[in-house]
Amino acid sequence: MARPEPKRVSPLSSDTASDSPIAELPGDALRERAVDELRRALGDSLIDSLIKPGDDVWVRVALTSWREAGAILRDTLQMDYFCFLSAIDWMPSPYGRGEDEPGAEIERPTEIKQGYTGGETRFQVFARVASTDLHYGITIKADVPEDDLVVPSWISNYAGANWHERECHEMFGIGFGGHPNLINMYLPTGFEGHPLRKDFPLLARMVKPWPGIVDVEPLPGEDGPSTENLEANNPDGAAS
Amino acid sequence: MSLDAMLGDRQKLAYIASQAADARLNVELETEGMTLNIGPQHPATHGTLRIICRLDGEQVIWAEPSAGYMHRGYEKLTEVRTFPQVTSLVNRIDWLGSFANEVPFILASEKLMQIEAQPRAQHIRTILFELSRIANVGLFLGDLGVQMGAVTPVFMAFRDREYVLNLIESATGGRFHPNFDRIGGLKDDLPKGWIEETRGVMRKLRNFCTEMEDLLFGNEIFQSRTRGVGVIPKEIALSYGMSGANLRASGVDYDLRRDQVLPMAWDKTKFTVWTHPDGDSFARCWVRLMETRESTLIVDQLLDTMPAGPVMAKVPRIIKVPEGEAWVSTENPLGEMGYYVVSKGDLGPFRVKIRSASFNNISIVPWVLRGVYVPDIITILASLYFILGDIDR
Repeated sequence: MARPEPKRVSPLSSDTASDSPIAELPGDALRERAVDELRRALGDSLIDSLIKPGDDVWVRVALTSWREAGAILRDTLQMDYFCFLSAIDWMPSPYGRGEDEPGAEIERPTEIKQGYTGGETRFQVFARVASTDLHYGITIKADVPEDDLVVPSWISNYAGANWHERECHEMFGIGFGGHPNLINMYLPTGFEGHPLRKDFPLLARMVKPWPGIVDVEPLPGEDGPSTENLEANNPDGAAS
Repeated sequence: MSLDAMLGDRQKLAYIASQAADARLNVELETEGMTLNIGPQHPATHGTLRIICRLDGEQVIWAEPSAGYMHRGYEKLTEVRTFPQVTSLVNRIDWLGSFANEVPFILASEKLMQIEAQPRAQHIRTILFELSRIANVGLFLGDLGVQMGAVTPVFMAFRDREYVLNLIESATGGRFHPNFDRIGGLKDDLPKGWIEETRGVMRKLRNFCTEMEDLLFGNEIFQSRTRGVGVIPKEIALSYGMSGANLRASGVDYDLRRDQVLPMAWDKTKFTVWTHPDGDSFARCWVRLMETRESTLIVDQLLDTMPAGPVMAKVPRIIKVPEGEAWVSTENPLGEMGYYVVSKGDLGPFRVKIRSASFNNISIVPWVLRGVYVPDIITILASLYFILGDIDR
């Protein structure tokens, strides 16, 4: 006897699925409009902006208008989707990649050089928000002076900023003014130091030298030990 | 005193006495706020997440997840690795769909180097990406039953997931952590016979989806435990930065496979982005079910249109990435996963901000658990679907 067809409920309240592609993909006109809108609303507080055609847009605002800029992005520019918020420490690491011989004295660059849209301070906060209707996003940055590492909280703009600010606080030691619950998220209570700062050493690399550096073998034809044996074993002449 | 009056008094007294007894009973049964710890070792937490709930009777009045039991510090570790070495780290973020974690990082590095993978490499990348989605979300569908006391679906899910893992293994050599993506293309081409085998497995997986639909989604108990439970409105979901199926289940039509330009092969296929207007636990599960089925269809279309050619572009052996900043995110099984890569023209990245989907998806828990009943905590957590490695990184 044939198995009876199982009763199937229709799970959809209404038919809302859409076929691809529907989206008008973002043009640079949208990005330019976003920068213009921010400049109009913030005036001199919008310090710098960068549009990479067909790719992305960056803006840098003064720290005092950080929260206001978030509100403009959300309300005026329809950036309804909160992507992330974090910080960058622009100081070059005094430890390099932790691949030195123990005890070696190595000169490293100490000049602090910021990335896109420039900057004046060692620390910068940056966040990304996007528009689910218009399908483009914006990265916004602000300088944070080192003697007063406090940033206005974005929770009033985007509820999701809560956890990102907590993470940023423990990893970089940046405070967020107006955050209700700035406690550690990952690290144990009472942990000393801020791990993502460049001057926080990665202890695993400090106690034992990185083994990866010793077994770099040169390609055939490159300077280094003779490669004749390698080629003799490998008639195709392939490198590996 | 008349009898009537006495009776009246007695009735009155009896009434008062019964009221007093009730009051005594209420005082005895009155519960003070109780704190309930769920996890860190609870099966519903897919790892070690602890959720601290304060209860009033059966109702949650306050809840706060406590993450960090699995924090591995990948953002710091990337700063001491070279670009090609990073993929083996980020593989371990969402361990059920590992290949999908590598792709956005590689795409961001390629964007900075201004190179693009060959068409065949893009195709294979997209196929493996969708296979990771099936492996990941397929397990979710089985796991969902277990959270509600139905044990059968999880065996079916593990059985059928094995076929997908075998495919990933035969193409990449790794079941869980393929580490197959390279800057400029892929480590290798597909093995012989792989395409035919994949077609067969996709048919099996579609049957699996139908089975799940009949077994689980049509089940009355399942429906009554998920419908109308844990409703997240659209605005709240967006403000918390929820993404993926969780966002689409709240009625937002947003899918990064369709809504952005990427050097991947999704634009060469035709697929449906499923959304649901309800925003409850059922909607989130249902959208995932439909997405799994849609993924198998995407894989089928890509297998039909596989271009020939090399899988690796010409890149220098020692990879130095030019100075710059790049953001690339993709629609991973759990939601939007992206990497903000800052390079200083060195062998390794200067800073990598990893935006993982579960971190945002789970940050809504304090909001959504407020006011729900204790048994619903588990179904809501299950339907939000997070993976601990993806929260803690």
